[in-house]
Amino acid sequence: MSGEPMVRAEAVHKSFGRTEVLKGIDITVAPGEVCCVVGPSGSGKSTFLRCVNHLEKINAGRLWVDGELVGYRQRGDKLYELREKEVAAQRREIGMVFQRFNLFPHMTALENVIEAPVQVRRENRAEARERALALLERVGLADKTGHYPGQLSGGQQQRVAIARALAMRPKLMLFDEPTSALDPELVGEVLDAMKALAEDGMTMIVVTHEMGFAREVGDSLVFMDDGVVVETGPPREVLAGPRHERTKAFLSKVL
Amino acid sequence: MPVRHPLRWVAAAVMLVLVAMAVNTLVTNERFNWPEQFEYIFAPQIMNALYNTVWLTIVAMVGGVVGGVLLALMRLSDNPILRAISWFYLWVFRATPLYTQLLIWGSLGALFPEIGLGIPFGPVFVSWETNTLLSAAAAAALGLVLNEAAYMAEIVRAGILSVDEGQREAAGALGMSRAKTMRRIVLPQAMRVIIPPTGNETIATLKNTSLVAAVPFAELTFQAQNIYGRTYQVIPMLIMVCLWYLLLSSILMVGQHFLERHFGRSERGAARPARPAALLSSGREQTGGGGGGGGSGDGGGG
Ligand SMILES: Nc1ncnc2c1ncn2[C@@H]1O[C@H](COP(=O)(O)OP(=O)(O)OP(=O)(O)O)[C@@H](O)[C@H]1O
Ligand SMILES: [Mg+2]
Repeated sequence: MSGEPMVRAEAVHKSFGRTEVLKGIDITVAPGEVCCVVGPSGSGKSTFLRCVNHLEKINAGRLWVDGELVGYRQRGDKLYELREKEVAAQRREIGMVFQRFNLFPHMTALENVIEAPVQVRRENRAEARERALALLERVGLADKTGHYPGQLSGGQQQRVAIARALAMRPKLMLFDEPTSALDPELVGEVLDAMKALAEDGMTMIVVTHEMGFAREVGDSLVFMDDGVVVETGPPREVLAGPRHERTKAFLSKVL
Repeated sequence: MPVRHPLRWVAAAVMLVLVAMAVNTLVTNERFNWPEQFEYIFAPQIMNALYNTVWLTIVAMVGGVVGGVLLALMRLSDNPILRAISWFYLWVFRATPLYTQLLIWGSLGALFPEIGLGIPFGPVFVSWETNTLLSAAAAAALGLVLNEAAYMAEIVRAGILSVDEGQREAAGALGMSRAKTMRRIVLPQAMRVIIPPTGNETIATLKNTSLVAAVPFAELTFQAQNIYGRTYQVIPMLIMVCLWYLLLSSILMVGQHFLERHFGRSERGAARPARPAALLSSGREQTGGGGGGGGSGDGGGG
């Protein structure tokens, strides 16, 4: 691999009050790579993901997306926090999909998808609508565009959420346990949509408990525990032959 | 066949007798002097007073909602100074009686005969006489608006807090500014929680307009007092203005009913929060305390 990585984290630290949740995370994700993050509950996976688009402020370390420092500007040795507008501009380039979907319940599926392009990117409404319809069709929801989130199943809602994030044409997609809140029979449709996205070359960081997805779609697997990256490597290798005791213990429970 | 609910029938019979007695006095007691009262129902003074009551209610609610949103946003902002100002405002206006506040607004001219614009502690460039600047009407409206804003602030705040944090995060992750997130995502959802108590507030405000007699300003109750001051027909006159209040309140209740249906429907299928029984409960009483908020917000403290 050559060139600039899409995501580079160096010694990222994050504390909530006195509890240190991230204790120096180093991760590199190349453009087009699908990086799956696994680990026990409370290990800091969500927190790391939220640092990548600056929903959380990091306390130490550095984090770049596409060569740009996230949330800060560096002058000399010092870091200055970016203004709200600049943070928002960075977030436009990064899509995020949440465990609990977080669709806007007062808008239809279609309105959910066109909201940000029209309101944030100031796109022409008709064009945004065309693209939104195409995106919804791509995630298999061409017939649900007029439905409100409350009228959709969990799997359908999550696919709308994916379309909503894609509508901003992000260069990076973050998924935080996108299938954990779903009934088992609905998991497949969401994973399929993510797989199609990966095949289109999207760079993705996916926090998941779906080891099958990690093995099949992932380019790399990161195992986190207690705020540190314990092990990282190609998914098949890590899953088949974990080198660290903690990884072994975790995998023996989930596989 | 045995009577199935004997107590119900007894209660109904007692009620019937009481109602019959009331109607009987109203009709047969000469001192009510109905023919004369009916002439007053549409008398010019009363029509004018009715007009004042209506516009005062409208101004108080529109101003109260705008002020309430501002105060709620200040209260929820990251800026500790704005938070403190809002807290102080709510504390003062909710912890003092509206009647007393209105007396103060009505008497401001006595305390500050002139209001001027200039450099603090320096020269004054222009000045006005307070009583021309702050007419009785303006003092009445100002008093109601400032008071209502404090109550609306708590309602709006409860509404904003009722919206799931994940909504703000999702909007933020899409690159929306905080102001836009508030306007496009949070406030429309907060409406479900804000609308029902606001309907109650409107009815309470309609009744609170009777307190601007303190200013003094000629709305319905004040005008009724004027009239019975001359005619000595106290109770009939008061019953008559009550009929006007009943009519106005009923119109508001019907409007509230339809507004709630509309905002309940805009989130089809989504779970709806429990709300206080709306149609016939009026949030708070006249000089009152409780503030009819949608649950989580009683903001006396912290
Ligand atoms: N806003 C917050 N304030 C305080 N503590 C927090 C906050 N967010 C997360 N934490 C704590 O940080 C730790 C890591 O949380 P995080 O959500 O990142 O874990 P996770 O690996 O995503 O776990 P899970 O698999 O359960 O989602 C937990 O102990 C959690 O309690
Ligand atoms: Mg998590």
